[in-house]
Order: sequence, then C-alpha cells, then structure tokens
Amino acid sequence: MDWRQLWEICSAPDNVPIVGLIPLLAFYIYLAVKQARANDQLIEQLEADPAMAKTHHRKTWPFKPGWQKEVHVWPFLLRIEFLAAIIITIILMVWSITLNAPLEEPANPNLTMNPAKAPWYFLGLQEMLVYFDPWIAGVVMPTLIIIGLMVIPYIDTNPLGSGYYTWKQRKFSISTFLFGFIILWVAMIIIGTFIRGPGWQWFWPGQTWDHNRLIYEVNRDLPDIFGITSNLGKAIFGAIVVGGYYLVGGGAVYSLFRRRMGKDFSRMSLLQFSIMQFLLLTMVALPLKMGLRLLWHIKYVWITPWFNI
Amino acid sequence: MADEKKPNGSNGGGANSTNGKNGKVGVLEKVTTGVKEDIQALKTDIPTKAKEQIEGLKDPTKTQVYTSIFRHKHDDTPRNRALGVLSNVFLHLHPAKINRDAVRYSYTWGMGGITFYLFIILTYTGVLLMFYYHPTKVQAFRDVLYLEHDVPFGKILRNMHRWAAHLMVIAVWLHMFRVFLTGSYKKPREFNWNIGVLLLVFTLLLSFTGYLLPDDQLGFWAVTVGTNMARATPLLGHEGPFGSMLGMTPYNDVRFGLLGGSIVDANALLRSYIWHCIGIPIVASVLMIVHFWRVRKDGGISGPAPVMLEAEADKPRRGPKAAGE
Repeated sequence: MDWRQLWEICSAPDNVPIVGLIPLLAFYIYLAVKQARANDQLIEQLEADPAMAKTHHRKTWPFKPGWQKEVHVWPFLLRIEFLAAIIITIILMVWSITLNAPLEEPANPNLTMNPAKAPWYFLGLQEMLVYFDPWIAGVVMPTLIIIGLMVIPYIDTNPLGSGYYTWKQRKFSISTFLFGFIILWVAMIIIGTFIRGPGWQWFWPGQTWDHNRLIYEVNRDLPDIFGITSNLGKAIFGAIVVGGYYLVGGGAVYSLFRRRMGKDFSRMSLLQFSIMQFLLLTMVALPLKMGLRLLWHIKYVWITPWFNI
Repeated sequence: MADEKKPNGSNGGGANSTNGKNGKVGVLEKVTTGVKEDIQALKTDIPTKAKEQIEGLKDPTKTQVYTSIFRHKHDDTPRNRALGVLSNVFLHLHPAKINRDAVRYSYTWGMGGITFYLFIILTYTGVLLMFYYHPTKVQAFRDVLYLEHDVPFGKILRNMHRWAAHLMVIAVWLHMFRVFLTGSYKKPREFNWNIGVLLLVFTLLLSFTGYLLPDDQLGFWAVTVGTNMARATPLLGHEGPFGSMLGMTPYNDVRFGLLGGSIVDANALLRSYIWHCIGIPIVASVLMIVHFWRVRKDGGISGPAPVMLEAEADKPRRGPKAAGE
C-alpha cells in the first residue's frame, strides 16, 4: 500500500473538487431519499383512504387550517439567500487561503505529460476513450448527452412526481437518470481521476504509479472470433450485430413497457417512445461494450473502411 | 459684530442731517436699515432654521436624497415588505410572496442561487485578473507568476477564481440533479430545462477555456487532449469518419477553427481568452436572464407541490375540462 501515492492523487489541487463532490453527492442523495420515502408513505396512505385524500393538504410537512399558505420573500427567502452567500464566501475564502491553484512548468509541446488528463469534469469522456474511438467518445457521446438531456421533458410523459421527491411514482425515469449521472458520469470521473495512471493504465488506489509498466494485451475484433476475414464480410457482420442489438433491445424495452409500465406506454407517442428506446439502448451499450473489452478483449464490433465501432 | 455696528450707526446719523439735499442720503438710510435687518435675521432666523434642519437630519429617511433613492417607507407592514422586493431592481426577480414550504432548504438545495452567486464572484475576480494578464505566449505564464508573487492579494485572487469555478461546476450538477429528482422539468417547465442544459454546457466550456490561460503544462495538455477529439469529428474533422473524403485536413477542419491553428499555440491562447472573458459570458448571461425570467413565468419554484395520486394522473387539474367534471 503506497499511502504517499494515494495522498498525492487525493491532494492534487485540481482533484480536491472531486474528493469534495463524493460526500456532497452522498449527502444530497440521502436528503432526496429521505424525502422521497416520506412522500411515498403519504401517497400510499392517501391512496388507501380516499376520504383523507380529499381533505389532506398533501405534504409531509405540518399544516394547520389557520396558517398562512404564503410567506413574504422579505425576509423569509432573502435571509436564506443572504446566509448562503455568506457561507459560500467563507468557504471560498478559507479554501483560497489554504490551497493554491495548480501551476506547472510553462507549456512545452515537446514534453508530454504522462498521464495527460483533461479537466476533471471531462474525465468521464476521456475514460470512454479506452473503449471507444475518439469520434464516438469525444464527439458523438457529448452530443448525445446534450440532446438526451434536452429531450427528457418531452419524452417523460408521466405527469406524476412534479414538484416533490418520489421514488414509487417515477421508478423508471429516476433509475435511468441515476444510471446516467452516477454510474456513467460521476463513477467514470472517479475512475479517471483516482485509478488511471501513466499510460492511462489501471492502478488501484494505493498502488504505486509505475511509469515503465507495460501491459501486453492482445485485443481482438468481434468478426475475428467468428473467422470473418474479408472487409465486406466484417462490415456486413458488424452492421448485423449493431442493428440486431438495437432491434432485440428495442423489443425488450417495448416488452418491458407493455408489461410493467402500461400507463406510461399508452401516454407516449410512437416518436417519443422510439427516441426514448434509442437513447436508452445507446446508454446501456456503453457498459456492454466496456464488458466486452474487459472480459473478452474485444476492441471493435463493427469494422468498416470509414469508421469502427 | 457690535464694533462694526457703531461706525454704521454714526454714518447713518450723518446721512440724516443732510436729508433732502441729496438722493444718495436716502439710499444710505435704506442700506443702513437693510443691513440692520439682515444682522437681526442672522441673529435669530438663521439659528432657528439651522436648528430645524439639524433636527430634520436626525431622521434621514425624510430627506429628499433618501426618498429619491428609496421609494417607499420601511415600517414593518406587509405592504412595505412586498415593496421592498418589488421596487428593488436586484430583488424584483423574486415574487413578493412565496409558498411557505418553498423556502425549505431540504427541498430546494439552493444550488441554482449558489451557482448564480458563484458566477458573480467569478466575474468580479475575473475582471481583476484581467488587469494583470496578457493573452500572449511571451507574457501569459510570466503574468501568472507575477500575479502569484508580486501583486498584492494576487495569489488569493487567482485561487478564488479557480476554486469558485470548480465549485460552480459542482453546484450546476447538483442543481440539475435536484431539478430532475423533483420532476421540475415537467409541464410547463420543459423549455426552461432546455435553457438549463445549455447553461450547463456553457459552464463547462467556460471552465475549459479558462484552463489554458495560465499557459502551463497542465492547461496545455488538458486542452490538447480535449481539442484532439475535434480531429475525429465525423464529417468535419480530418481524422473523423468521412472527414478526409470531404477534403478535411489539419489546416481546415473544425479543430483548426477552434484553435486558430493546427496546434495549441498563440492563436489558441488568444481564442480561448476571448471566448472565456467575452464570448461565453455574454451568451451565458443572456441565457441566465431567460432562465430566471422563465422560472417566474412558469409559475415560480416547482414545489414542494402537493402529492398527486395515481388515479388523478390523467385528469386535467385546471382549465375548463377540470371545471366541467
């Protein structure tokens, strides 16, 4: 166990935000789960008792008939905003006094940094470079993330759970978002920050960074395993595999929705449903491709003269 | 005063004796009495007036200067509490009153406001940093050294700019996370969620363009790694799928456009400086204005709303249909 190495990574000034992000995220997830559970309990109670549902104020916080429903922004909201500003200022002051912003040697194109890492918030995408070609990891994926985020309100047709924390009413959308945000974005950033060392190789926390370490990995392409050698054959085979994935996966998503989320399905138009299918399957394809690589050393699935996937 | 008065008085007597002979004498008399009156006034009127005004200053809220700045009274009445928010250009973003639960921190997490506050801090420290920085290959790195070692409070200025930027990225993510978990992007807030996504992208781009500016190894290689992706852009990058078929080379593809060259060099430094300090902040500010405006227009903060039951899901909550039921 190389504690010094571990400390060097954790205390690198630009890594401090990620070290801070983990407990922050844990705290806010706890806060959300706590409120979601309380709301879910209330919903269950109200659904079992229609008479209560008609009179209850439908929040988990106390409310009595005589109380005012609204409060003045001045001072009840402004004092919170003011307090938040003060606290943030103090945090920044202390942080700026105790920790210096990094400054390395002057830029030198002839001296490559190893590992050369992108800013920490892009490390998830850089981690994806291990498994995908740059045009996917660096261009297509960010574009799909932005588009995917933007279409969320238009493909989520579930009217429940608007304006309160809940789990039971939005199981699918919340688990999808958690999968995308926590596993595909934050976890990849954590791997990119704390695990990846020289040569972008995998070093467990506490393992010494060995700049001379070489790993001999023979990566194969999926068509090779099936003995396909001609270029045309590889292109057609890959198209069938990728197309087949979307077809079979699409069928599975359809089947899941029809059986488990009939109401959501009936509310969605065909366009909404197919966009959701495509984005969901593309998202799920990432860990699948990672698994192919890690378990069977498979580099490409679809090989064409112009692009490889 | 008394000494001055005597010669005046004797002159007046002399004037009296020659009265009628000369018009000048009448004028002299008038002047004398006028001066006497003035002196009398100085003794009585002015002190009382001054007293009055000093007394008035004890309540500065009644002065003309004060009332011209603050347009309403500040007694603790509901009307004044509302006016305090509505008649203030910085606070009128808020409604006068909000739902009693909407101030609960456990619901809002306050991350949107914190993001905006961090943007203000970054603008402030950023402008100060601009005084000491030249976006040229010769000076950029030296300016940062100078800033760290010679400029008073230069080090804390740079530190604060950097840490506030990192904190802003985290705050934006948490804000988006909260908005998702509370379903706040649902009708009628779909469009504002989209503005928010764009603001998230611009926050990351702001941070990324700032990364290169110290012109050190860290920034140089981070930006090199980042912009090398653009090489592989499908159709528009010279290493991307179908790029070379469309005539893309390192000297005319999208990466060249981003860097102003085929490598990260002086032009890239200038470009990221201008994007960082002028281009993106302006676009982001405009989007922020729209974002805040839409928060209000879409009905204010989304909750905490009363929970909805499964059975009510497809029933319209408002409008003629709901009334007809």
